Order: sequence, then C-alpha cells, then structure tokens
Amino acid sequence: MFAVFRDLIRYNIEFAVGLVLVTIIVIFALLSFFSPVDTTLIYMVAPDMPPSPQYWFGTNSRGQDLFWQMSTAMRNSLTFGIIVATLSRIISLAVGLASGYIGGWVDRLLMFINDIFVAVPIFPVLVLFYFVLRNNLDSLTLAFIMAAFGWPFDARLIRSVALGLKHREFTRHAVFAGMSTPKILLEEHLPYVMPIVFATFMANMLWSIGLEVTLAVLGFTNINLPTIGTMLYWANNHSAMVVGVWWWIAIPVVLIVVTFIGLFLLAVSMNEYIDPRSRLRRMGA
Amino acid sequence: MQGYLWFIGKRALQLLAVIFFGVSATFLVTHLSPISPVESALGRMTARSNSAPEAVQAMREALTAMYGVDEPILQQYLNFWVRLVQGDLGPSMIAFPTPAMTLVMRALPWTVGLLTSSIIINFLIGNLLGALAGYNQNSRLLKGFGVVAMGLQPIPQYIVAFILLIIFGFLWPVLPISGGFSMDVQMGWTWQFAGSVILHSILPAASLVLVGFGGWFLGMRALVSNVVTEDYVTYAELAGVRRNTIVGGYVIRNALVPQLTALAMTLGGVFSGTVIVEQVFNYPGLGSLLIDAVGGGDFSLVLAVGTVSVTAVAVAIFIIDLLHPLLDPRVRAE
Repeated sequence: MFAVFRDLIRYNIEFAVGLVLVTIIVIFALLSFFSPVDTTLIYMVAPDMPPSPQYWFGTNSRGQDLFWQMSTAMRNSLTFGIIVATLSRIISLAVGLASGYIGGWVDRLLMFINDIFVAVPIFPVLVLFYFVLRNNLDSLTLAFIMAAFGWPFDARLIRSVALGLKHREFTRHAVFAGMSTPKILLEEHLPYVMPIVFATFMANMLWSIGLEVTLAVLGFTNINLPTIGTMLYWANNHSAMVVGVWWWIAIPVVLIVVTFIGLFLLAVSMNEYIDPRSRLRRMGA
Repeated sequence: MQGYLWFIGKRALQLLAVIFFGVSATFLVTHLSPISPVESALGRMTARSNSAPEAVQAMREALTAMYGVDEPILQQYLNFWVRLVQGDLGPSMIAFPTPAMTLVMRALPWTVGLLTSSIIINFLIGNLLGALAGYNQNSRLLKGFGVVAMGLQPIPQYIVAFILLIIFGFLWPVLPISGGFSMDVQMGWTWQFAGSVILHSILPAASLVLVGFGGWFLGMRALVSNVVTEDYVTYAELAGVRRNTIVGGYVIRNALVPQLTALAMTLGGVFSGTVIVEQVFNYPGLGSLLIDAVGGGDFSLVLAVGTVSVTAVAVAIFIIDLLHPLLDPRVRAE
C-alpha cells in the first residue's frame, strides 16, 4: 500500500499536486476545532474589515471573522461530501457486485433500475425536495437524498469489474469450497474493486459538494449552518461585490477551486493507477 | 435490421419506465409532504391583505377544489395522470390564471436552445481536440489544453458562471448579463431579435462550454490513447494509409462510440447545470422558472417543471440512443 503511494507521488505529478492541495484544505478545515469563536453567531467583530494581520481573511458584513468562518464552512462541506460519498459507495458496491456476480434476472432488474436513476435530472429533484420539506431539510437529510441519487454510474463500473471476476479461477475455487455468495462478494471480490471505490469516492465528493454549494447559494438549504455555499449565499445577500467587500466572495471561491482541483486530480490519478497500461506508459516502460 | 429494432424497442421501454417512475416520484414527493398546498397558498394570499374570515374560508374551499386534495391519494394520482396526458396541470399561482403548462412551454425553447447549442459545441470541440491530443501525445499545445481542461472541469457550474458574471458584469461590462434578449427588441423572426438572443446567450453558453468541454477532452484523450495501440492502427500505419484517414476513419470513429453513451448518461447532469446557469444569468428558461416557482410557493408550477424536465431529459437520451447505429454497425447487426 505504501509502495503504491510512493510510486504515485514519484511518477504522477497530478497525484502529488492533488495530494498537496487536499492536505492543505484538510488541515485548514481541521483548524476549525480550535476556533476561538462560535461561527454561528453574528456581529462578533468589526464588520467589513479587509484582510489584515489581525483578520487574515478579513471580516464580513455580518461581523464574522472570515478565517474561522471559512475553516468551519470547509469542515462542514467536507463532512457533507464524505457522508454522501460513503453512503452512495455502499449502495453502488452492493448493487454492482450483486449484479455482476449473480447475473441473470437480478442483473437485468438492477441495471434497469440503475438506468432509470441515471436518466433522472438530479437538480430539479433536489429543489423539489426543498420545496416540500422547507426548513425540515437539514444537511443530513440532504446527504441521504443525494446518496440515493449518487450511486448508478459507479455501480455500473463495479459491475463491469465483477463480471470479469466471476469467471476467474479463484471464484470457482471458492464456490467449490462451499463459500456462500455474500461471503464470496465480501471476501474475494471486494478487494479487487476497492481502487475503483477510492477513485469514485473523490469524484462523488466533488459532485455532492458542488451540488450543495449550488443549492446553498440559492438559499435552498439550512442557511444558518456555515458551509462554502451558505457563505456565498450571505455574501450575495449583502451584495458584497457591489459594496466592495470583494474578499467575502473571492476567498470562498478560491478555496472552492483549490478543493475541487485537488480532489479531481486525486480521482483522475487514481483512475489511471487502476488502468496499468497508462501507468506503464507514464513511467516510460 | 432486426437487431436495430430490438435495440430500439428495449430503449423505448426504458424511456417509458423512466418517465413513469420520474413523474410518479415527482407526484409522491409533492403530495406526501406534510405541507398542504392549500394552506401555503392561502398563507401567501392573506399575508398582506385584510380579508373577512368568511372570505378566507371561501378561498380555502375554492383552493381545495382546485388542487383536489380532499380526495384519497390514489384517486389524486389517477387524476394527475389523466390530466398530465391532456397537458393540463392547473393554473399557476405566480402568474394566475395562466396555466402552469403554458409557462413551462414558453420557457422550454430557451432551455432547449441553450442546452443543445452548448452540448454540440462541447461535444465537437472536446472530442476533436481530445482525439488530437491522444494521437499526438508530444504536442505541447495539446498538453497545455489538457492542463486547462483539468483545471476547469471539476469547478462547480455555479462558480464558473458566477466568476463570468463578475468579470463581464462588474470589471469589464461588454456583454449583457441578464435576460434572454434586450427589452427594446420586438420578439419575432427578425435579424435584430436573433442578434440580441445570440448576444444574450454568449455568457450562459460560455459557462456551460467552459465546464463541459474538459470532460469530453479528457475522456476522448484517454480513449484515443488506448485505441492507437490497437493492432489495426499499427497495420494501417504500416500499410501507408494517410494519417487523416487513420485519425478520422478508424481512431475517432471507434473512440466515439463510448463517448456517445457517455453523452446519454451525463445528459441529466448537464441539464442540472443548465438550470443553475439560467438562474445566474436570469435566462428565461426552465431553471429560472423553477426557482421562481419555489420562491412563490407555486405547487402546480413546480410539479409542471419537474415532470416536463424529467420527460424532456428522458426523450433526449432516447434520441441520442437512436444515433448509436450510425456510428457502431455492431448494434445494427446484433
């Protein structure tokens, strides 16, 4: 495992850059645990102060220190992304492995459902949920809803690998040794699809955080919980750009871009790791 | 030919299933929620007026009759389908008494236009450049494109649109940032109107293209760099087939088949992106309509936008699937 990481860092510039960016963001998010202020309160410091040695990221029109605000927002957004990614990975693993290994009508039925989920445009659906739940839509509920829509692509990917594993020698050995189907899937096939799970985990986090930002900017989430999206919502709400509080917009945008590029580079380079042919070409073999 | 018919039949069945489940889900989400459409509409209507209690009661009865919420849920569901087939989802609240369907149909061409043009631009540019980058792996220019695509592709649609809005709205105001066409232009088949529409669509389309093209570029590059190692490409090169023929006739054509599948699969996501971009640039499409409807608590309109978007995306995916046999003769022969 460590050797893999060492190789990835050495031969894959994208992985190295992505790792650095994500590490910076994660450390920044973890700082929020040492935050000296309660980030849900407003008018704690002088409003509209530009970035200075005292307030590194400046303060906003609601009298909040943007450094700690941003740090908490980043933690909340990342947590949200991790919850969605974990839940949807579980669904896609279950569907993908079962569909690929069992085959037959189970496969056809699961893939039929899969294709329906792929075709549904997610954003209008989420807005619909906000419309009926209104203030009952907290971030955990939102995470559940998004997880229910975030699995189909990756389930198909896992299924394609599981299809190949089904006819490998060791699977037959396991069947003849009397292993039950769930046990084969968990103990024999799961390790083979783990790289895919990791790579799609990052991609899924990107997807879910991006959607959360969009919903929050429109005001369609719990706007009192600081996330990257709600920060932009409040900045727009106070017309930060027109008033000239540019740092209130610029800092969240820059941090989002850094987070997204970092996660994306990790996802892409891991994808490449899964496909050994392109890895060999990169190493000059 | 029989294989093609079989393929189409399977896809058509899937289309119907998607529409059925999508529309049913839309209905269920809106009708099983604890919030009554009658009470929320009533709350909005009486908020800034001074109505007699009898009048409020009369309004409540009228609204209950209009939404039909006093009937059992199964009956409501059946009524919903019957009326949906007739294209009637009741009057909208934010533009009373215009039927919700009329508003949706007014917004639909804008969204379809924006979506189609940006998808075509993305698909062509992204795949062509991606194929060239996969074939000429040492070209510096194309490597540069790869870096740009990687940097732009993961950024959320909203952020890209927002940055464009700030650049072209505040810092360098040269392009219109709001609406579908200028207020002083008459709607009609004139050059002036068409020019205004194109000018207003530049920024929304640009934000869709900037985010979308990277995915096609990276995907096509990866596919092509796998295809060029195939034996038939080496054979064609050894046999002295012209490079353009190899790239156009063998490499791109083979790599394009999975890309077409990808187009069908990502269409739902692209539609979501369009909805968001429309909201940023106040473009008169389905997205802005949906946000307005949510803001105004308009039940019929939200339901109408939801069902029409699910149906439209499903139909578009079906149409893309129909194109498959043109590229891939195996689908016809199977």
